Amino acid sequence: MAWVNAIIQGVLTGGLYALFACGLSLMFGVMKVVNLAHGDLAVVAGYVAIGVITVTHIPVLWSFIIVVPVMAVLGYVLQRTIIQGALDRSVLTTLMVTFGLSVVIENGLLQFFTANSRGIGAGLGLVTGSFTLGSQIQIAYLLVVIFAVAVAVLLGLQYFLSSSSYGRLIRAVADDREAAQLSGADYRHVFGIAAAVAFGTVALAGIAYGMYSQLDPTTGTDTILLFAFAAVVIGGLGSLWGTLLGGIVLGVAQQIGAQINISDEVLAGYLVFLAVLLIRPQGLTSRRAQS
Amino acid sequence: MTAAGGERSATDSPLLEVRDLTVHHGQLRALDAVSLRVQPGEVYAIIGANGAGKSTLLRTIAGLHHPTSGSVLFDGEDVTGLRPERRARHGIAMVPEGRRLFGSLSVEENLQVGATFARPGPWTIERVYEMFDWMRERRHQPTAQLSGGEQQTVAIGRALVANPRVLLLDELSLGLAPVVVQRIYGMLPQILATGLTVLLVEQDVSQALRVAAHIHCLLEGRTTLESRPAEVTAEQVEAAYFGLAGASAGPSATSAPEGSES
Repeated sequence: MAWVNAIIQGVLTGGLYALFACGLSLMFGVMKVVNLAHGDLAVVAGYVAIGVITVTHIPVLWSFIIVVPVMAVLGYVLQRTIIQGALDRSVLTTLMVTFGLSVVIENGLLQFFTANSRGIGAGLGLVTGSFTLGSQIQIAYLLVVIFAVAVAVLLGLQYFLSSSSYGRLIRAVADDREAAQLSGADYRHVFGIAAAVAFGTVALAGIAYGMYSQLDPTTGTDTILLFAFAAVVIGGLGSLWGTLLGGIVLGVAQQIGAQINISDEVLAGYLVFLAVLLIRPQGLTSRRAQS
Repeated sequence: MTAAGGERSATDSPLLEVRDLTVHHGQLRALDAVSLRVQPGEVYAIIGANGAGKSTLLRTIAGLHHPTSGSVLFDGEDVTGLRPERRARHGIAMVPEGRRLFGSLSVEENLQVGATFARPGPWTIERVYEMFDWMRERRHQPTAQLSGGEQQTVAIGRALVANPRVLLLDELSLGLAPVVVQRIYGMLPQILATGLTVLLVEQDVSQALRVAAHIHCLLEGRTTLESRPAEVTAEQVEAAYFGLAGASAGPSATSAPEGSES
């Protein structure tokens, strides 16, 4: 029964990891940008949420209504300025620029908000509550909600990419930037839109993790970015549903590791990550980010 | 040379004009002071051997290369500083060499992208389907599943639905069987009938002589001949194509279609 529990918990945690990963995957799939500041931006989103909740007293769950658009705008602006500037030089430059951004954000957060960790909505029934399945399996409401949000985000992304006019342009630009220009598409603007969408998912990831656990200035790189990377690589680069599969595999591996020995939780996840890199480097699914 | 250009502009107004265009690829001078004037409604063909600078010229007109000097005028307006997407929205559409379809998009989606920033005009996706009847039933297929000729027609369709005023066609015949090339060129009159102007690059000289009102021959980035097809002899074209030292250099045919299949 303990094993069944581990698998169920792992699958649900996988939803959280998919939420971490889908923005990273989208940015890579469209712009070929590996955004090393991805996790730190999620932490920023979490801090913004805390600020918004403190100031406006809106219900914790509704904070995303403000945080998602704020992050989307930030995504568009960052893409059109420093990320595009780096892209114009080379794809490698984007690695250095986003790494620099990551360092700046982390230290900025340390400076202004100290190293103390903060949670979002601690004490809320949704955050602490759970229900029991059978006699031994206890499932947190929050994980179920996060899993559902992750699936909804992936469905939304899929619909956006396959059926909307902008989604079509995003795929066209990802396929052939020059040909898209010849059709009148300003690829810089299209990249900005893609970044805005990716940052919107980053906002949800930050809020979700703040509720699930605690945020501190280093959470972005040591947890969110690494788990996002692992989920993307396991699932297959550029594949949307691959990120969910990758997240689930990572989550299950961690829970099974924890079942063997509580200190092996994180290690087990990375061992699977390494195994996938060795055996199937293109990931479990190898399709592009498309319908 | 510039003075001559100035004098003539009073009598006729070209839709597209290139003045003393020089383009470098790094150290290499790909185009050297090339000028041309394309009148509305005509077919203007640029011919020349591999590496003569034909594609560079077309790509510079579309905005994909920046000239070192010289200018591109479209309908009297200097568009030299405009990005490719701005030029496309002004009415310069290009079918790039190698077709360059969006590989992960279906046939219809490729056309939809082409129509996204369309100017008002006669061309619609529906009209493209009427012209190429096979396309409608295969519109949901990925373009990778199409043959080379079919891909080329989708690429043309994608350019047409933008309702351009001038259509730039880069090496339509590249990698296609002669029968397919004939069929594609056979559609040109229908396209011209809607008021389009066509500037095309063609390695197959006989094909260019057949369809064009003007031919313009490039050799190593320089203009070696500019004329109406009826006013030149095959020998003159040959000399311009291979250089003055002459036809001795290569195969004697006036066409060098280097039959590459794909």
